[in-house]
Amino acid sequence: MPKDGGIGASTKRREDVRFLTGKGRYTDDINIRGQAYAWFIRSDVAHGKINSIDSSAAEAMPGVVKVFTAADFAGVGGIPCGWQVTDRFGKVMQEPKHPVLADGKVRHVGDPIAVVVAETLEQARDAAEAVEIDITELPAVVNMKAALLPDSPKVHEELTSNLCYDWGFVEENKAAVDEAFEKAAHVTTLELVNNRLVANPMEPRVAVGDFESHSGQHTLYTTSQNPHVIRLLMGAFVLGIPEHKLRVVAPDVGGGFGSKIYHYAEEAFVTFAAKALNRPVKWTSSRSEAFLSDAQGRDHVTKIQLALDADNNFTALRTDTYANMGAYLSTFAPSIPTWLHGTLMAGNYRTPLIYVNVKAVFTNTIPVDAYRGAGRPEATFQLERLVDKAARELGVSPIELRRQNFIKPDQFPYQTPVAVVYDTGNYHATLDRVLEISNYAGFEARAAESKARGKLRGFGLAHYIEACGIAPSNLVGQLGARAGLYESASVRVNATGSITVFTGSHSHGQGHETSFAQVVAEMIGIDAGQIDIVHGDTSNTPMGMGTYGSRSLAVGGSAIVKATNKIINKAKKIAAHLLEASEGDIELKDGKFTVAGTDKSVDWVGVTLAAYVPHNYPLESMEPGLEETAFYDPSNFTYPSGGYACEVEVCPETGKVTICAFSAADDFGNIVNPMIVEGQVQGGLAQGIGQALMENCAYDENGQLLSGSFMDYAMPRADDFPMFTVDHSCNTPCTHNPLGVKGCGEAGAIGSPPAVVNAVIDALHRAGRTDIAHIDMPLTPSRVWSAMNA
Amino acid sequence: MAKVSMTVNGKAVSGEVEGRTLLSTFLREGLGLTGTHIGCDTSQCGACTVHVDGKQVKSCAMFAAEADGAEVRTIEGMANADGSLSVIQQAFQDHHGLQCGFCTPGMVMAAASLLADNPKPTEAEVRHHLEGNMCRCTGYHNIVKAVLAASGQDAGQIAAE
Repeated sequence: MPKDGGIGASTKRREDVRFLTGKGRYTDDINIRGQAYAWFIRSDVAHGKINSIDSSAAEAMPGVVKVFTAADFAGVGGIPCGWQVTDRFGKVMQEPKHPVLADGKVRHVGDPIAVVVAETLEQARDAAEAVEIDITELPAVVNMKAALLPDSPKVHEELTSNLCYDWGFVEENKAAVDEAFEKAAHVTTLELVNNRLVANPMEPRVAVGDFESHSGQHTLYTTSQNPHVIRLLMGAFVLGIPEHKLRVVAPDVGGGFGSKIYHYAEEAFVTFAAKALNRPVKWTSSRSEAFLSDAQGRDHVTKIQLALDADNNFTALRTDTYANMGAYLSTFAPSIPTWLHGTLMAGNYRTPLIYVNVKAVFTNTIPVDAYRGAGRPEATFQLERLVDKAARELGVSPIELRRQNFIKPDQFPYQTPVAVVYDTGNYHATLDRVLEISNYAGFEARAAESKARGKLRGFGLAHYIEACGIAPSNLVGQLGARAGLYESASVRVNATGSITVFTGSHSHGQGHETSFAQVVAEMIGIDAGQIDIVHGDTSNTPMGMGTYGSRSLAVGGSAIVKATNKIINKAKKIAAHLLEASEGDIELKDGKFTVAGTDKSVDWVGVTLAAYVPHNYPLESMEPGLEETAFYDPSNFTYPSGGYACEVEVCPETGKVTICAFSAADDFGNIVNPMIVEGQVQGGLAQGIGQALMENCAYDENGQLLSGSFMDYAMPRADDFPMFTVDHSCNTPCTHNPLGVKGCGEAGAIGSPPAVVNAVIDALHRAGRTDIAHIDMPLTPSRVWSAMNA
Repeated sequence: MAKVSMTVNGKAVSGEVEGRTLLSTFLREGLGLTGTHIGCDTSQCGACTVHVDGKQVKSCAMFAAEADGAEVRTIEGMANADGSLSVIQQAFQDHHGLQCGFCTPGMVMAAASLLADNPKPTEAEVRHHLEGNMCRCTGYHNIVKAVLAASGQDAGQIAAE
């Protein structure tokens, strides 16, 4: 058994006490004396020309401080994009301007046009009603393929078309892939949609700007997954504020799932307005506003084909995907359908030839960016639906077709034809394990029991690969990233031996305060209660890249290990001096330094005290103090993988799908806190099942958002799920980070949608409806019933 | 503006509110009880759940003026008298029934209300009762386990069935 508080223990989360007693400190809980309130006026049309804005009546209303429009932002940069993709012809992507407030045109419903700042929120909201905005509505384009027609309305006049880029990967393989298809014994083709989703963390976004005129110091409190990235993007590209004059604080953050990575106009607005008005300015998003202004996720339309030889070996794969960017490029949007999607198209398979084409398209819809999984769920969904369809066409078991084509355990490290090298994995093991924990052997009996009740039961399998901890920085730079992707940590040991760890990672539900402390406790051998984890404030943590892409432990945790190793090395030198021994003979175990082979020892506190009260200390060769900083830049991605099994019942009368059981066998490498890991998987499964069965962000043909609140966007609820079976007994440690960890945050949302859809298709096929090859998500009762009654 | 008075977590309080001021806003902005959260504007998410005169209420669906004279309990009033976590709160920590913590106050208030009426609920009854409280982090799995555990039932056993 691992020691409680050390690596491998399901240590209870220390952060829970404040959350359970109402003492969490979220951004909306912050009020600064003298603050004014901002209310955004947003476009109610998807595309239009702004003829005039008359705010004179509003500005005369009680409490109104000022009404801001684009004119106030004339000297300010636009919202930047953090990734530049180069297309298949070597040309850089088309990158439109993204003003803080709409300048002359609105391009999606929710595009901010003006902001009323008033003494109270109610006054700001009342005055917003009095701002006269004259807009000539223009034809909107919502459908991606229509947006690429020559006569389509253009979202951005300054661009040559609505095509952001036409990306090919690996372009040099295209001819060989086409040739393999000509020689194939069988080709399976599938056209599918990966439905647009809204992340909907339960805490809506909030931003509070503060300014100190005597020092020129700005502070932004914001609901962010990565405060340093916001400081960099907003400071350098939007408002021109140097880092030492801009502090960004992301306190307790109520979930993110990707949607709180990006730099948003509202953050720039409150920071700008706080200086312009010389008083704090606060903006709190309503849920309805979140639907109109948070970056959305997914929205791919794909045709994918698999070529097989006469022995059912995969010989080639090719895909054509249209990826919706929305009206503007959100911070990391261009990278999602490309480097986080195309590189994953090998999945768990030995397919030797792969070609991926992605056309990214501008439409008059809300911008799209990473949402839990980001590119990898889209890749996995296509591939795992396709393999299932191929098995049905060939009349073989989907399980056996997968097993036959899996990369074998002795083939790692495995170079895929889509650039990435998988370091470790054992897909046969996770497949076997998921069949075991889902009791696949007993399925037929359960299916017979369902049938007796008039229900159609189906079993669906999916196997996924993901790539986490995107790195190294020099490689991602070549791929178009405009930032590095390292992480940093400072470990400050105090005189009495307690430790404060400052991390650039950010916890918004992941439990870093607990799990990161477990890592340091294990390394030094002291109680985790002596270690505090500090994050989320650029003024007291070193430069950081934040939390997304399941990177926190693999990258941020590794930085902490690196800094802690520096601490241990220095502490050993101090111990050697105190024990009058050679440094090489000092061993650290359970918080005690011992001279090897003797009973001479000094405890942790003896050393830390000596570091800060250096009376007996080698001052001539070493500085006092015990504090170290490290930056960790991974040499490769990490590759979590797993096998997921879903069992459903379909009601033949209504088309309603019920999840009877869901089992997940994941390989996350080493695990620091199993309880937290299981919680991450369970949450991911709920989001993935939500995508598969109910969630859908829908627009009408004029670009009006039809799913703009919890009344019409179906969020999964407690009674939509059974208990999940989650297993992580098949772990193959990552070979290139010091903890051997791979990341677990997104897996559940990546592997589950194809498992659910495969299960529904299986149920229908077992009922004789082999004509139904595919149903697009979400598999609502209406869609399933319609497919059955077509 | 009108004056409202009520008892919140056992303490008599009063304040000036507009007619349109919601109870959730009064608790947060008027009384500084920021444990009650606002996660939506259509009374769907349940993050603002409190007890009013012993009944579970979404405080964003009630005007502050309507609570005049009422007995209100919020998450800040749920711990034991000595400040330790109550049985329900402790069960949420023990079973990892929370991640980001934003929905948690509403979940705890809803769970307390369920267990007051139905001390030994089934898994299905727990899920049905929590239908008006959204969580985006946990997949509800560990919340359901926590509520069952708080009722004195073996959550592991029920989950395995």
